[in-house]
Amino acid sequence: MTPLLDVQNLSKNYGQRIGCKDVSFDLYPGEVMGIVGESGSGKSTLLNCLAGHLEPDSGKVLFDTKTDGLKDTVTMSEPERRMLGRTDWAFVHQHARDGLRMGVSAGGNVGERLMAVGARHYGDIRAQAADWLGRVEIREDRIDDRPTAFSGGMQQRLQIARNLVTGPRLVFMDEPTGGLDVSVQARLLDMIRELVRDLGLSAIIVTHDLAVVRLLADRLMVMKDGHVVETGLTDQVLDDPQHSYSQLLVSSVLQV
Amino acid sequence: MSDYNFAYLDEQTKRMIRRAILKGLAIPGYQVPFASREMPMPYGWGTGGVQVTAACLTPDDTLKVIDQGADDTTNAVSIRRFFEKTAAVGVTQATSVATVIQTRHRIPEEPLNEDQILVYQVPIPEPLRFLEPRETETRKMHALEEYGLMHVKLFEDISQHGQIATAYAYPVKVEGRYVMDPSPIPRFDNPKMEMSAIQLFGAGREQRIYAIPPYTQVVSLDFDDYPFEASKADGACALCGADHTYLDEVIVDDDGGRMFVCSDTDYCESRRQAGHIGEQGTPYGKDAA
Repeated sequence: MTPLLDVQNLSKNYGQRIGCKDVSFDLYPGEVMGIVGESGSGKSTLLNCLAGHLEPDSGKVLFDTKTDGLKDTVTMSEPERRMLGRTDWAFVHQHARDGLRMGVSAGGNVGERLMAVGARHYGDIRAQAADWLGRVEIREDRIDDRPTAFSGGMQQRLQIARNLVTGPRLVFMDEPTGGLDVSVQARLLDMIRELVRDLGLSAIIVTHDLAVVRLLADRLMVMKDGHVVETGLTDQVLDDPQHSYSQLLVSSVLQV
Repeated sequence: MSDYNFAYLDEQTKRMIRRAILKGLAIPGYQVPFASREMPMPYGWGTGGVQVTAACLTPDDTLKVIDQGADDTTNAVSIRRFFEKTAAVGVTQATSVATVIQTRHRIPEEPLNEDQILVYQVPIPEPLRFLEPRETETRKMHALEEYGLMHVKLFEDISQHGQIATAYAYPVKVEGRYVMDPSPIPRFDNPKMEMSAIQLFGAGREQRIYAIPPYTQVVSLDFDDYPFEASKADGACALCGADHTYLDEVIVDDDGGRMFVCSDTDYCESRRQAGHIGEQGTPYGKDAA
């Protein structure tokens, strides 16, 4: 079985400082990978390098493209990479405002990716947008409202709908539950878990919230100071952390 | 002879503008940056159009200037006088006689021919500007032909108004490649852009020139189930009776009274000269009040 994503020795420096260093891993179809670590440990840098938002200094990011098989996304041409960005990939930002067009209605937001890949039938686009709003539990009568009129949780769900509408195979999530209160978080996680399972998506989830990875991730990668210090199955890493930093991380969680 | 160089601009500047025009003609719909000069008029009054016109004029040319279709509004009169003074070219109000026509917001009703140049004044040349404020990003979108966003605007129109409500500056795709802002002409004029004259667009403040060569394909963007429609006010010109021209609505009293008249004054007048009379019109030559 070929991996969906094969990352080899990925490094990114910001001048003298290390962003992330020598990161390698595989991601197979249908698998959810969690990346945890404290602030400044290089999680977001890594994610942005994988998603093509940042150019890594060295290393390869091989993605299993539909047409050519495994292909290095770092060296592929920009049009190709941007095409992947709106078809096979999805990126869910921590702040919904970064991922949404705030001046455009919910329907327009969901429809944008469809129109970007050539959909030109208004009725179809709108029907698909309505369908996806339903799937993320946004009532259909809110389709013409702008995201500014939505609550934080709704904005985040709208962002997810907007990203999943073109049927991506790989979803990058950067702290998808950050800034939401716990009950909204719980529902959002529940929904993401359902969508990921139903659609057979692969996902890479960056977070500092261990509960999120416990629920969603199959495998876990712990980062510190730009290095991967521990990898393994989620339960294995969380229940029996080997590295001193992983132990610290797990023991820092408040038990209620 | 006047104290100005011919057509106000110095020869080096005209040369620079002509290079931009030629590049624009070579790549239809592509916005060519150029070093726009300060002109003796405020931005928004047609500084881009004036520079393009100045670079195109020769002493043998006959110039016509229209503003919203009319030859006799402040903007049109000032620019016409400006070139009378600085280039001593002949001026006219008749579309068929003119060789260079500078226009703001309209295309003349009378079809143009191969010997004519139509110069548009453009306020904001970037069709994607109000959706994507970053210039670096819009340039990239043009380069990579990522025009999905343009349809998002039309999508929003339909979901808010039940139809495509963009009535002017309606985006077009030129020769199957670049999406272009046709300047704020009414969408009624969009189909006329496939014409035999050269069309040049100048945006002075934004420092861009773009062009459509003669006989170039210009397609107005739309949806399969909401096709483009060249709409106009429902009615006929009250002076000349034309029902196939773009009409201005004129409020005539405080009781909701109104009339429609052709926005193209020259076309309306020539029709009246030819004997057409609208319901409020008088025979030509008898309304000199």
